[in-house]
This record gives sequence, C-alpha cells and structure tokens, in this order.
Amino acid sequence: MAYEVGKGGFLANLGKVYGGYTGGFIGFTILLAILEQMGVSNQVIGYAFVFLTIGVYAYIGILSRTAELSEYYVAGRAVPAFYNGMATGADWMSAASFISMAGGLYLAGYANLGYVLGWTGGYVLVAILLAPYLRKFGQFTVPDFLGTRYEGNTARVCGVIVLFSASFTYIVAQCFGIGIITSRFIGIPFEAAIFVGLLGILVCSMLGGMRAVTWTQVAQYIILIIAYLVPVIWLSTKKYGVPIPELTYGQALASIAELEKTLGVVRPHAAAFVDNAGKFSWNEFHNFWALILCLMVGTASLPHVLMRYFTTPSVKEARESVGWSIFFIFLLYFTAPAYAAFCKLEVYQNVIGQPIASLPAWVQNWSQVGGLLTIRDANSDGILQLAEFVINQDIIVLAMPEIAGLPYVISGLVAAGGLAAALSTADGLLLAIANALSHDIYYKMIDPKASTLRRLMVSRALLVIVAILGAAVAGTRPSGIIQMVAWAFSLAAAGLFAPLVLGIWWKRTTSTGAIVGMMAGFGVCLYYLVMTRYFDMPLWFGIRNISSALFGLPVAFIVTWAVSLVTTPPSKEMQDFVDSIRTPSGAVRNAEALH
Amino acid sequence: MADNLSPEKREEHWKKTSKLMWTIMFWWFVFSFGVHFFAVQLNQIVILGFPLGFYMAAQGSLIAFVVLCFWNASAQNRIDEEFGVAED
Repeated sequence: MAYEVGKGGFLANLGKVYGGYTGGFIGFTILLAILEQMGVSNQVIGYAFVFLTIGVYAYIGILSRTAELSEYYVAGRAVPAFYNGMATGADWMSAASFISMAGGLYLAGYANLGYVLGWTGGYVLVAILLAPYLRKFGQFTVPDFLGTRYEGNTARVCGVIVLFSASFTYIVAQCFGIGIITSRFIGIPFEAAIFVGLLGILVCSMLGGMRAVTWTQVAQYIILIIAYLVPVIWLSTKKYGVPIPELTYGQALASIAELEKTLGVVRPHAAAFVDNAGKFSWNEFHNFWALILCLMVGTASLPHVLMRYFTTPSVKEARESVGWSIFFIFLLYFTAPAYAAFCKLEVYQNVIGQPIASLPAWVQNWSQVGGLLTIRDANSDGILQLAEFVINQDIIVLAMPEIAGLPYVISGLVAAGGLAAALSTADGLLLAIANALSHDIYYKMIDPKASTLRRLMVSRALLVIVAILGAAVAGTRPSGIIQMVAWAFSLAAAGLFAPLVLGIWWKRTTSTGAIVGMMAGFGVCLYYLVMTRYFDMPLWFGIRNISSALFGLPVAFIVTWAVSLVTTPPSKEMQDFVDSIRTPSGAVRNAEALH
Repeated sequence: MADNLSPEKREEHWKKTSKLMWTIMFWWFVFSFGVHFFAVQLNQIVILGFPLGFYMAAQGSLIAFVVLCFWNASAQNRIDEEFGVAED
C-alpha cells in the first residue's frame, strides 16, 4: 500500500511537515492580504479561505486512507504525546468554544467564566483517573472497556446508548455551527450550507478513520489557534502597545468598571454571583458550581475525548498527552475573556452615547445582517443608549476583526478558524459514534466472524448515515449551540463517569452494580433534561437543565456502590485484570479470554 | 515485567499511585471550587486592572490545571520507575 512507504517518513518528520504547513498557511494569508489591497473582492477572499482549508483537510484525509483495523480505529497507536495534544485540542474545541464562548463572556461577564473553568479543569480528572488506564487496557472503544470490565454485552450496550445520546446531541450542535459559518461566508442558505459542511467532515474521516482524523485535527488546531489569536493580539498592540492581550485586558477591565458607573450598568462585568439587578444571588451561586462540576465531569466522560488517548504509543505518553492537550486548549481559553473585554470597552467607548448617524463602520455592517445586532432609537433622540443596543453572542468573535479595524482578510481567517473548530469536533464525534456502532454492536455482538474489509465497510456506511442524520436534525434548529453542547456533557457525565472510574479504582464494583448504576444515573439526568425542557417541569432547587448531571451523577455513584455491595464480588480473574491495567508495564491479563 | 511483580510490591505501587491521585485531586478541587468560593472578597483586590476573583477564574485556575497535569505525568513516571513497572 502506498502510504506504508511514506508512513515511517511521515511520523519521523512531523515537525517539518507541520512546520512547513504552518508557514504555508501564513504565506497564503499574506498573499490574500496583498490581493485584497490590489482590489480583490471580499467574497473571493471568503471563498478562498473556506474552500482552500476544506481542500487541505480532504487532502490529508485521502493521504491517510487505510485498510488496517488498528490504523482505522486508533491511528496505529503511533501518535506522539505532543501531536495527540494538538489533535485533542481541535477535537475538543468546537463551535461553542470558538464562536460562542467569548460572546457569552461579553454578555454575562463573570457568570460565564464557569464555562472557561469547566471546559479546562476536567482534563485533570482525565489525567489522574482515566487516560493512562484506558490506554493500558488497549482496545478500540470506550464501550469495549465497559464490556470487558463488566463481563458482557449488557454493559457494552448500555455504554453505547449513553455514548450515542451524548455524542449525537453534540454533533447536532456542531452541524448547526458549520451551517452558520458556511452560509455567512459563502452566501448560501443555512440548510444547504450544513450539507456542504457535511462533505467537509466526511472526506476527512471516511477513508482513514482515526488516523485521518488525527492528522487533520492537528492541521485544524494550527489554523484555529492562529485565527483566534491574531485579531486579539493586533487589538492589544494597537490599544496598549503590548502584544499580550492576556496581560493588557486588565486595563480594559478597569476602564469598563469606570464606564459602568457613568453609564449606569446594574450588573458589573467582573462581579461574581450576581443576578440581573446586580445583587448577590444564591441561585446564581449554586448554578455556577453546578455548571463547573457537570462540565468537568462531562469532559472526563465524553468518548470522543477519551478515545484520543487510545492512540498514543505508551501509557506514559498518554499521561503526558493530557498535559499537552490542556496546554493547547488553555492557549485559546485564557484569551477568550480578553476578546470579551476589548469588545465591551469598544462598545462602551465608541458606540454607546454616540449619534446614531455616525456610528463606527462595523456596527453599520453587522446591523445589516439579519437580527444579530440591532439598534433601535427608542426615545428618538438620535443618540444611542445602552438599552438600545442589542448584540448576539455569536458575533463577537466573528466581528472582532472589524472592531479592531483590520483588513477583511482577517475576517476570512477567523471564519476558517471557526470552521476548523466545528469540523474537527464533528469528525471526532462522528468517529466515536460510528466506531461504537460498528465495533461494539456489529462486530462484537452481531457478526464476530466479520472480515476486516467488511468491518471497515460497515463503519464507513454508518459514518455517512450518522452524519446525514445529524445534519438533518440540525436543519430543524432545535436549540442554541452552547445549550446543546452543555446537555451532551451532562448526559455523558451521568451515564459514563461512575462505571469508568469505579471500574478502575474500586475492584469491588460488580457488573450488576455498574449496569444498574449507569442506567439509573443516565435515566435521572435524561428525565430532568426532557421534563424541564419540553414539559415545563419546575426546576429542582433552581438548577438549570444544562447542569442536569448534578442529579444524575450522585445517583449513578450511590446506586453502583449499593448494588455492588449486595451482589457477588468480582472473580479473581477480574481482579487480576484490574491489577494489570493499573500497572503500565506487562500484559493485560485475560482481557479477551473473559468472554 | 509487571507479571513478576509480587503482590506486596503491586499493592505498594498502587498505594503510592492512589496517594498521588488524591493529592492532585485535592489541588484540582481547590482551584476548581475552593478559590472561587471567595470570588466576591477577592474581587476587592485589583492587580493591573484585574479584580483578583475574576482573574483566578479567567486565568489563575487554568494555569494551575496545566501545571497539575504535567506534574501528575512526571510524578507518576517517577513512581513507575521506582517500582520498575515503567514501559520499556
């Protein structure tokens, strides 16, 4: 096979390959900047960014095609810690992180720092509780672990059910984000744009499975981080003369605090646990903790993240890889609050209180895009008051280049970055679902004698089916991006965290205990989510349904514990198996012979 | 090879591993929840324009998480080498 020849060469030269790629991308951006100065239209620049980047991902996807199972499912377990960290960063950071998070911070201030904390701290749990042990276990999927540790297909199927519910909810949100970006930058209707994006997802994952997804995700990380940092670094340099926005936005926060007094803002940006009237609120206080906990535990339970740690060459590298993952994620997350602060300061200084006839150009441009930024002169005095200016949270990042007065090429860059974020996450999710269905359901339960060729074919067919389903559901616009993503975290946390963690850390966990506990936790979480969302059930203790795992998680742990204690302890063989995954060296004992 | 590990050694290795896990978990808890409990009070202190409570949630805790992950990787590595159970 052609790629075998180049394979060793590729892995040995990762630095050169991706260094050259980064240089090439920067060169391409500069070239477009020059073309823009020479009068090339904005539309062409938008097209160039969207199609060229998707083209590159497709190229990597095709180069990485494979017909080998371990390459297809776990990238041959040859991904070095550093690059797996980058791939995990892209896998992890989705449209919600890239497009919506900074906007949420702009609108809600401190309250939304819960997302920043929740979406980073979970990696500590991944590192200490799960990643190295799952890597040592060394099979293909997360349900694989459940099926082996809890002896049988019942546990495996329960795992697949939770995995599917969480990942599918998540994938719908990504398709939604892809639709928004593609439709805005190439000017086609939302529903059609979703399907264009879908092609972008499928070309990356279909031929090469995990291997292709890994190497495209590294490429996507590079684009998304450049795209996120450039505008905000530019703005920081322009305003404060220092190109480190993470340091300079303190000054912006101070100016905002001053302006809040003069403008009469009741809910200060940096104030913690306050309601809309600016008063301390116990409800806000509780919801802040609930959200952090659910997002963190969800991080440590989402199969598309966990399966990334199946791909490293060793247990040691799996652990290091978690460090690199959170480092690469951190680069974007600790910049997001700077975005929010700069944008807010700009609005307070140069938009509010100005005559409506002479607002900055970016306000004019964006108020023409349907409903995302509205200016309504309620008291008809020709001056813009704070209450007369309404901005949608999803446009803060996308509008930043214009706010900073940057050329249009940077807007194109940001669009490419947002697209990279959404595509990479969608790819990871899609693969997690298709692998679970093809490996755990089809191969392990329906046809254990299936040939390699047949298994790969089934997996690819499922990939396409799930992708189309996801896009179709996204076309109905079921809910907002952030909300759908947060639900996915709660579902995964309530269903998977207890059986995974207890399976490794508590030998006494029995199969019956784990299965009953898992379904109880997941059931409670799902019940709360559905009832509050669709049947107007009053909230329990005022906890919003984005944190529904707050109720499912303890139920899962308590039920697993109680049922385990009243059922027969796991066999000696099972205890040996647990011992063997707790030690990095040596063989995994009886993993296959158990059933 | 780990298969040759005596049960006592194995138990001791796991004891040390668990101790490290709880230590990291403790700091994780401090930076995830403990610090932010006092956000309202910390916000009274302003450094370089940053109210401290806001800063901790926006940057401070995040830096701590990164450090914790790398610390865990190297400390666990030392434990594995001490017991001779690191991979070849």
